Amino acid sequence: MIVEIGHFALALALGVAVVQALVPLWGVSRQDTALASVGPAAAITCFLLVALSFAALVSAYVRSDFSVETVVANSHSTQPLIYKITSVWGNHEGSMLLWVLILTLFGALVALSRNSLPMRLRAGTLAAQGLVTVAFLAFVLLTSNPFARLDPAPADGQDLNPILQDLGLAIHPPLLYVGYVGFSITYAFAVAALIDGRIDAVWARAVRPWTLLAWVFLTLGIAMGSYWAYYELGWGGWWFWDPVENASLMPWLAGTALIHSTVVMEKRDALKVWTILLAILTFSLSLLGTFIVRSGVLTSVHSFASDPQRGLFILGILVFFVGGSLALFAWRAPLLRQGGLFAPVSRESALVVNNLFIATACATVFIGTLYPLVLEMITGDKISVGPPFFNATFVPVLVPLLLVLPLGQTLAWKRGDLLGAAQRVLAAFILAILVALALIAFSRGGPVLAPLGVGLGVFLVASALFDIGERVVGRASGVQAMFSRAIGLPRSAWGTAFAHAGVGLTVIGIAASAWSSEAIGVLKQGESLSSGRYTITLDSITPRTGPNFRADVARFKLAAGDRVLAPIEASKRVYTARAMPTTEAGIHTDGLSQAYVALGEAQADGGIAVRFYDKPLILLVWLGAVVMAFGGGLSLTDRRFRLAAPRRAQPRAAIVQPAE
Amino acid sequence: MTAVSPARPAPPPRRMNRKQRRLMLIAAAGAVLFVAAGLVLFAMRDTIVFFYGPTEIAEKGLQPGTRMRLGGLVEAGSVERGPGQRVSFAVTDGKNTVRVGYEGLLPDLFREGQGVVTEGVFEGAGRFRADSVLAKHDETYMPREVADALKKQGHWQPGVQKPGQ
Repeated sequence: MIVEIGHFALALALGVAVVQALVPLWGVSRQDTALASVGPAAAITCFLLVALSFAALVSAYVRSDFSVETVVANSHSTQPLIYKITSVWGNHEGSMLLWVLILTLFGALVALSRNSLPMRLRAGTLAAQGLVTVAFLAFVLLTSNPFARLDPAPADGQDLNPILQDLGLAIHPPLLYVGYVGFSITYAFAVAALIDGRIDAVWARAVRPWTLLAWVFLTLGIAMGSYWAYYELGWGGWWFWDPVENASLMPWLAGTALIHSTVVMEKRDALKVWTILLAILTFSLSLLGTFIVRSGVLTSVHSFASDPQRGLFILGILVFFVGGSLALFAWRAPLLRQGGLFAPVSRESALVVNNLFIATACATVFIGTLYPLVLEMITGDKISVGPPFFNATFVPVLVPLLLVLPLGQTLAWKRGDLLGAAQRVLAAFILAILVALALIAFSRGGPVLAPLGVGLGVFLVASALFDIGERVVGRASGVQAMFSRAIGLPRSAWGTAFAHAGVGLTVIGIAASAWSSEAIGVLKQGESLSSGRYTITLDSITPRTGPNFRADVARFKLAAGDRVLAPIEASKRVYTARAMPTTEAGIHTDGLSQAYVALGEAQADGGIAVRFYDKPLILLVWLGAVVMAFGGGLSLTDRRFRLAAPRRAQPRAAIVQPAE
Repeated sequence: MTAVSPARPAPPPRRMNRKQRRLMLIAAAGAVLFVAAGLVLFAMRDTIVFFYGPTEIAEKGLQPGTRMRLGGLVEAGSVERGPGQRVSFAVTDGKNTVRVGYEGLLPDLFREGQGVVTEGVFEGAGRFRADSVLAKHDETYMPREVADALKKQGHWQPGVQKPGQ
C-alpha cells in the first residue's frame, strides 16, 4: 500500500509540476499577480509530493519489501540498515528519484526565500524549474519506475553491489546530486532573465548564493567520490579520467567559472551576456553528465545498467533544454544592455582571464570525453582517450591560470596596478621558489615536474594567506585592532582566501603523487615488502564473517625506518548473495601521507599477492577540496546575501534531511 | 581588494573604446583557444589508443608494437599462472583468439568466461603483452566494446550477461 501511495504521489507531482511550469508565466504575461503567485505554492507542493514518494521508497527498502522489483535487485535482508537505506540510490531508478527530489527541493527553496526578487524574475525562474521537473518526473514515471511490483515476490533480494556497500558511497551520490541539480536553479534564473529581457546586479546577487551552494556540494561530492575510488577499488588511484568522472568535472569547471563571472556582474554590472550563457552551459553539462551515466553510450567503469530507451529519452530532454535555452539565448541576448567598462589591467580582466582558461580547460575535457563517441559514429573505430590525453591538454591549459591567480586576487576593481600587484605577491613567489629549489636539491634524480608543482601549490597557498594577512594586519597596531579588522573583513574575502588556498593544497597533493611508489610481491607469513619509506611484514591471515560477507583478513606490521607504526589490516571479501569478491584496502594515515595495502590472490604455495604503496601527502588532494568547499561556504554566509535573503537560513537546514 | 588603498597611484590608463577592448578580448580568447586546439590535436595523435577484438586484429593485419586495447571473453580453461605475479590467458570472441601475457594483480572480477578489457602492446603472431587489465564495478557488467565485438561474431547472448533477470 505504501508503495502505491509513493507511486501515486509521484504521478500527482507531475501534474503539479505542469501547473508550476505554465501558470506563473501565463500570469506574468497577463499582468495577473494572483496567477503569477501560483508558482511558489506549486513548487512547494511538488517538493512535498516527491518527498512523500521518496519516503515511501525508503520505507520499502527498510522493510525489505521484496515485492518491489528494485528492492529485489538491489537489497538483501541481511544488509545492515544503513546500506538498506543507501541501496535506495545505489541503482538507476532510485537515484533518479533522488535526482528529482533535489530538483524539486531547489524549486521549493526558491519559492520560500523571501528575498527582494522581482516578481517577474521569480515567476519565470519557478516556471523554468517546473519545466525541468516535468521532464524528469515523466522520465522516472515512464521509463524508470522505482515502484514496479514483482509477482510472485522472491524470498530474498540480490543484494546491493558489494562495492557500493560503503559509507563513502552512501553520501557521495546525495552530495553530488545536490551539486549537479543545484545548477538547475541558475539555469532557471538565466532562462527567466532571458524571457524577461532584463538582467542586472539584482539578478547576479540572487543567483550567486545558489551557484555557490551547488558548487560547494559538487566540490565535496567529487572529492568524496574520488576518495572512495581510491580506497575501495584497491588500485591506489584517485582520478581515472573516466567518462563518468569527467561528467562531474565539466559542470564543476563551468560552475567555478560562473561563480567568478557573477562576481563581476554583481560588482561592476559587466559580463552579463557571458554569465547568462555560462549559467545555461553549466546545467547543460550536468544534463550531459546524466545522459552519459544513464545511457551507457560511453564505456565507463561506473555505468548503470544501460537501456537504449532511457538513453533516448534523456537525449530528448538534453536536446530540448540545451537547444531550447540556447535558441532563447540567441534570440534574446542581443536585447540585454551592455555592461560597464573596465581597464585591461583590473580585477574584472583577471576574472575574464579566469573564465577564459577554465572554459577552455572544460572544452578539452569535453572533447576528450565525447570524441570517442563521435568517431565511432562516423568511422566505426573504437578508441579510448585516457589519462595521457588529459595530461597533455587539460593540465597545460590550467597551469598558466594557476600561475596568474595570485596576481588577479590582489588587483583592484576597474583599474588595477600590475606592478603593485606583483610586489604584493613577491614574498609568496620567493617562498615558492625556495621550496621548489629545496625539493629539487633533496630529491635529485626524482621527477622534475613534481617540485615545480609543489612550488606552484605553495605559491597559491602563501599568496592567499599573505593577502588576507595583509588586510588583517594592515596599518593596525595591536592585537585587538587586528582582531576587529579580521572580523570586519567581508566573509567573501575570507571565502576567496580559503578557496584559493584549497586549490593550492590540492595542487601540492597532486604534484606530490609523483613521489609515490608501488611495490608488488608475494608474501608468506613473516616476510616483508618495502615501498618508499614504509615496510610491511605479514603477520597473520584470519577468516572473519560479516553480516552479509565472508572475509580473509591479512594483518601486517608497518614500519617507517626505525619507527614502528600501527598495524594495517587489509582484506578480501566475498559477498555471499552475489558470490562477488571485493578488495578492502588497508590504509594507515601517517600525517598527510598514507601507506596503502591491497591484497591480490592467494597463491598455491601459501603466499598471498600484495600491492603496497607509499603515498606521500596524498591527503592534501582531498583536504584541498574540502578547504575549497569551506571557502565557498564562508562566501555563502556573506552579509550581503543574508541581507538580500533573510529567510533562507531556515529552509537551507532542510537540505540534509531528505538525504538521510 | 578595494578596502586596501594601493600604496601608489595607478598609472594613467590607456584610453580604449569599447570596440578596441572587445577586439583585444577576442584576440586573447582566440590565442588561448588556438593553443588549446593545438594541444588537443597533438594529443589526439599521440595518446589515444584503438580498441580491437581478436578478429579485428587478425583481419586488419596490425603491426607488431601497436599500442591498443584488446577486449573479449577470457577463454574458459586458458588461465595459466606463472611464477610470482605472472599470468597468461586467452581472449576470444568465439572466432579468433589472442594470447595475453600480464604481470601484476588481476582485478577482483577477473574470471574465466567473463568479459575483459586489457591495454598493452600487440606483439604479433596472436600474442599481446598487457600492462593493465581493467577493473569492473559489477559482475554483470559487460564492457560495451566487448559486447559489440561478440555481437559481430554472433556470440552475443544478452540473457547470459544478466543472471539476475
